Amino acid sequence: MAASPPIARPTVQPRSTAPEPSRPIKIATVGLSLFYGGKQALHDVSIQIAANEVTALIGPSGCGKSTFLRTLNRMNDIIPKVRITGTVTLDGDDIYAPGVDVVAIRRRVGMVFQRSNPFPKSIFDNVAYGIRVNRMAASRGDVKHRVEESLRRAALWEEVKERLHDSALALSGGQQQRLCIARALAVQPEVLLMDEPASALDPIATQRIEELIYELKRDYTIVIVTHNMQQAARVSDVTAFFWLGRLVEVGRTDSIFTNPREKLTDDYVTGRFG
Amino acid sequence: MTLDAVTRTSARRRTINVLMLGLTAVCALVAVGALMFILGYLVYQGGSSLSVSFFTNLPTPVGETGGGMANALVGSAKLLVLAASIGIPIGFMAGLYISEFASPTSAFALRYATDLVNGVPSIVIGLFAYTLVVLPMGHFSTLSGGVALAIMMMPVTVRGAEEFLRAVPSSLREASLALGAAKWMTIVRVVVPAASRGILTAIMLGLARVAGETAPLLFTALNNRFWSRGWTEPTASLPVMIFTYAIAPYEDWHRQAWAAALVLLGLVLAANIGARLLVRRGIAAAS
Repeated sequence: MAASPPIARPTVQPRSTAPEPSRPIKIATVGLSLFYGGKQALHDVSIQIAANEVTALIGPSGCGKSTFLRTLNRMNDIIPKVRITGTVTLDGDDIYAPGVDVVAIRRRVGMVFQRSNPFPKSIFDNVAYGIRVNRMAASRGDVKHRVEESLRRAALWEEVKERLHDSALALSGGQQQRLCIARALAVQPEVLLMDEPASALDPIATQRIEELIYELKRDYTIVIVTHNMQQAARVSDVTAFFWLGRLVEVGRTDSIFTNPREKLTDDYVTGRFG
Repeated sequence: MTLDAVTRTSARRRTINVLMLGLTAVCALVAVGALMFILGYLVYQGGSSLSVSFFTNLPTPVGETGGGMANALVGSAKLLVLAASIGIPIGFMAGLYISEFASPTSAFALRYATDLVNGVPSIVIGLFAYTLVVLPMGHFSTLSGGVALAIMMMPVTVRGAEEFLRAVPSSLREASLALGAAKWMTIVRVVVPAASRGILTAIMLGLARVAGETAPLLFTALNNRFWSRGWTEPTASLPVMIFTYAIAPYEDWHRQAWAAALVLLGLVLAANIGARLLVRRGIAAAS
């Protein structure tokens, strides 16, 4: 990228990245860069993401936050001409090491997309999909049990229990997104990546998703990309600010929003640009 | 410019507008009218010659009335079954390869080549099937006719399958991959089911198209006045019967040809309309 930011390359300070001491590191990237053909989209990103915390990725459009998110479960693999340098570790293991089973990685690191994307199948079959393709259930009854469990966790069960075999496409936008969360939870991932999960939803549906995120962090490590800074402030423990493909600053959410170290971060969170 | 000049200009414009609008509407009518005319004329000419015996009896010798084309109906059905069982699997798998696995360059080349095959005159495809099947076997056969029709319907099936598969949104593929499904499983369980109605439609349109082909059958399936047993004897088919009967000098045969043409067109139209309904319902239910 020709225009390099008018700031010194931010160095990652232990003070700002260190999570609460009690929480182990779930995901860590070291010197992660990503290229689309000749164009560099991520520059030397190093971050540590703690288990059972919500980490929000913020920054203006095109800053690389979604691209970064997709490196964490290797979704960028399916895009042609993508090249990655640096490392991404999950529980200390490099997920880009040769011989790593990408399918197994994606089972451990689930993903919810910006636009809800239920399969054109029934509500039940949507949730059962991951259980079936991963052969997780011992019996038909077990599938049913796991589907119910996942729908309950996504706070959708009460709304759909009477019509599990209706098409998922008949649900409202907010319900579809919670269905996608239930579908991701059904394969029992350890990490949940969410790419602007509420950006297409109305305020009430958004609030339900946010409450859900708060509930889910007890059991999952959550990384969420959001355009909405109030949302980042509401749901996250740690906030990382991306700008032009670089990680500018990462720290506890309250300190990022009230007392950031970088002027750029301050300008962004106070709405002076972006 | 005076006010008068302005009004005159707009009057001229209005006239041209009306004229051109009329002209395009008439052209649209002519285009659709061809179908209406063909259908109407076929019903008028062929309707009176249609009878139960047309569907149940064999052709009779010249001069004897009351024959039918049962053998041609069965022959056409057998040819289509052959064409479908050869053309659909190959066409579908080829479309799957182009859409899901080929590199952009080879996908382009394959697509282009398929379109070229689609443009090959049907008589040439008949010649190809003749060299491929008839010459080695030493005689005309249902089999060779089926092969010729299969080659004819393959490009339509390939392109139909490929286009409908490619139209499946990438968000669905990503959703499946993100759940830990392998690529082949994503294709089998998400992509193909989502595209199935469209693919089915393409297949039906392909079959409807070859059902009326005459040229590829002339020196492959040939013709037959009697029942054709098995797959290795020459067989009658509706299009070839129409051709043979229409150029014959007998009034009675002409009437039979009209009836056969009506039946053939009716079947092809039914298949077409069925396919369109299927795809429309598919869009409504989005599955």
